[in-house]
Amino acid sequence: MSEKFVFTIDGVEVKATQGQSILEAATEAGIYIPSLCYMKDLIPHGSCRVCTVKVDGRFQAGCVQPAAPGIKVENDTPELMEIRKDIIEMLFVEGNHYCMFCEKSGDCELQALGYRFGIAAPKHKYLFPDRKLDATHPEIFIDRNRCVLCGRCVNASRDVDGKTVFEFVGRGIDKTVAVNSDANLSDTDISIGDKSMDVCPVGCIIKKGVGFKTPIGQRTYDHEPIGSDIERRKG
Amino acid sequence: MDNKYKQVVIEPVTRVEGHGKVTIDLDENNQVKQARLHIVEFRGFERFIVGRPYWEVPVLVQRLCGICPVSHHLAAAKAMDGIVGVDKLTPTAEKMRRLMHYGQMFQSHALHFFHLCSPDILFGFDADVAIRNVIGVIKEHKDLAVQGVMMRKYGQEIIKMTSGKKIHGTGAIPGGVNKNLSIAERDELLKDIDQMIEWSRGALKIAKDYTIENLEMLAPFGSFDSSHLSLVREDGAMDLYHGNIRAIDYEGNKIIDDADYQYYTGYIAEEVKDWSYMKFPFIKSIGPEKGWYRVGPLARMNTCDFIDTPEAEAARKEFMAVTNGKPNNITMAYHWTRMIEVLHSIEKIKELLHDSDLQGNDLVVKGERRHESVGLIEAPRGTLFHHYRVNEDDQVEMCNLIVSTTNNNVPMNLAVEGIAKEYISGKPEITEGLLNRVEVGIRAYDPCLSCATHAMGHMPLTVEMYDAEGKLVDSKSK
Repeated sequence: MSEKFVFTIDGVEVKATQGQSILEAATEAGIYIPSLCYMKDLIPHGSCRVCTVKVDGRFQAGCVQPAAPGIKVENDTPELMEIRKDIIEMLFVEGNHYCMFCEKSGDCELQALGYRFGIAAPKHKYLFPDRKLDATHPEIFIDRNRCVLCGRCVNASRDVDGKTVFEFVGRGIDKTVAVNSDANLSDTDISIGDKSMDVCPVGCIIKKGVGFKTPIGQRTYDHEPIGSDIERRKG
Repeated sequence: MDNKYKQVVIEPVTRVEGHGKVTIDLDENNQVKQARLHIVEFRGFERFIVGRPYWEVPVLVQRLCGICPVSHHLAAAKAMDGIVGVDKLTPTAEKMRRLMHYGQMFQSHALHFFHLCSPDILFGFDADVAIRNVIGVIKEHKDLAVQGVMMRKYGQEIIKMTSGKKIHGTGAIPGGVNKNLSIAERDELLKDIDQMIEWSRGALKIAKDYTIENLEMLAPFGSFDSSHLSLVREDGAMDLYHGNIRAIDYEGNKIIDDADYQYYTGYIAEEVKDWSYMKFPFIKSIGPEKGWYRVGPLARMNTCDFIDTPEAEAARKEFMAVTNGKPNNITMAYHWTRMIEVLHSIEKIKELLHDSDLQGNDLVVKGERRHESVGLIEAPRGTLFHHYRVNEDDQVEMCNLIVSTTNNNVPMNLAVEGIAKEYISGKPEITEGLLNRVEVGIRAYDPCLSCATHAMGHMPLTVEMYDAEGKLVDSKSK
């Protein structure tokens, strides 16, 4: 077993093992670093920057920056919270996120972050992009209006399912998630049991016909903010 | 256009749901030549729902309205039942939906009676506008105002317990519901049920007494003979959740009866006119000119043979006695019938709360996917039509909605014109009280003009009179 070492987050000593990211070590210690594209068991790639922390005074993505002995990490500071809030607000306006009729509402990590950060209305202008739906698969529906380009589906399909069904195409504001086929999702070998089906943090990749089967009150974030499960570990 | 004409504009119409305006055209002798209710907002739901997955529809389309979203939620869910091949729900699912719907009917009618229409009834059409509003009701009739608030709250608690939220919940899903009613929730609702019944009786008495005591004035007020249309249960009972289409003429002769609403396009068509965003539905066999009809509480009272709850049935008989059992065509009688439905709804709610099916766990059924389906429901304001086609990829490819208020389009225009001709024609000065009479006629229908907003507190009513060249001749504000 790797030897433990110590670093600090907001002045609190945290133990970590070699190879752990700052976010992983913090999570184990019961310290919540807000994140969106990161998901346990998938290879992180630091795309969303919601987990931005300061390491010895420099901005780093907590999900990809390794913990190291003696580093001083800032997490819960007004400056970082403001940066994260701004990133989340930009994600909201960059897509078409209509929580009021999205079936992921209550289970959506982007929405939950919005609530946790007290975002009542975005301060940026809505872009209202024109994005494509893909309803061709009999069991799976893709609504790219809600995509936040987290890359979880890309990684899960490639690294866990071994299928590379999803891939990023385009650059900058035109970047989008494409499927590995000349036409549509129905032409790929994706299956309803794939890991890539269970990783989308928003309502972009959904299982058909499930819809609103979970009543309000029983959804993931109906009763407590996102991150509460991590904070409870602190005891 | 003859430049001797003048036009009076009432914009916005107050104490109704949504935004509309009235124009009254006068000739050189101040005689009303024409009066119209214009719907000035455009929604577009039927278009932007195209492409969305069908299971999303009941939650999406309810955003049409903040007052009676449950009606759209349930009408869409009924249509989506058909899309997933379900003709019969489980007892728990149907009763949960019914409970939600009766709660909705109860709160919406209470809102209209106590908050929107009662100022006219309690203070008179000509009363000072500073008093003739909901704040005036709170000041002068505190008990009634509190009852209105508490009745509305009770209805909304029912909606919350059946759909998860007081406004825009998710309870009904294609083929059923997503929750039952827990014992704790049931007991919570039972605590206040008798008080709600008592207050409903009181509200009914106010509406009935007001109508009877003022019958001479109210009977001709914006009234006219008309056909009436609603859903009716197979045995002829009033049924606010489900039934077949029945339409009668002003004397009670049946025009449509026992018609399966899946085939409503065989009976009903819609006409578009260039001066309103609201369509004009009509009964096809009669044609667009004379085929219009009324919907809502008055129509439902006229079309049904009986009501299946005892107190509401006794009240219905009393109501029908006014016209010797023949259809009642008095526009202002809408208020009385609305309160009969409040009593019926609360009787139904009590009946359901004592039904153990609500605690069942068999919530959803499935069938074979279909391409097209129609859902109808009796919403607070009348018959609501939802019609969808869904493609093989589960996306909506066509949507047509005939909302309750749309069905009452011609009748509201006739009421406006009738009242304008009666009270405004030839008057040297057009007072606020005279114009309020036009609004009183519209309010009788409890129209939901755009479904989300209405004026509160200060009511920004501006009336302007223009000549044919657009020159402002006179203006009044309140």
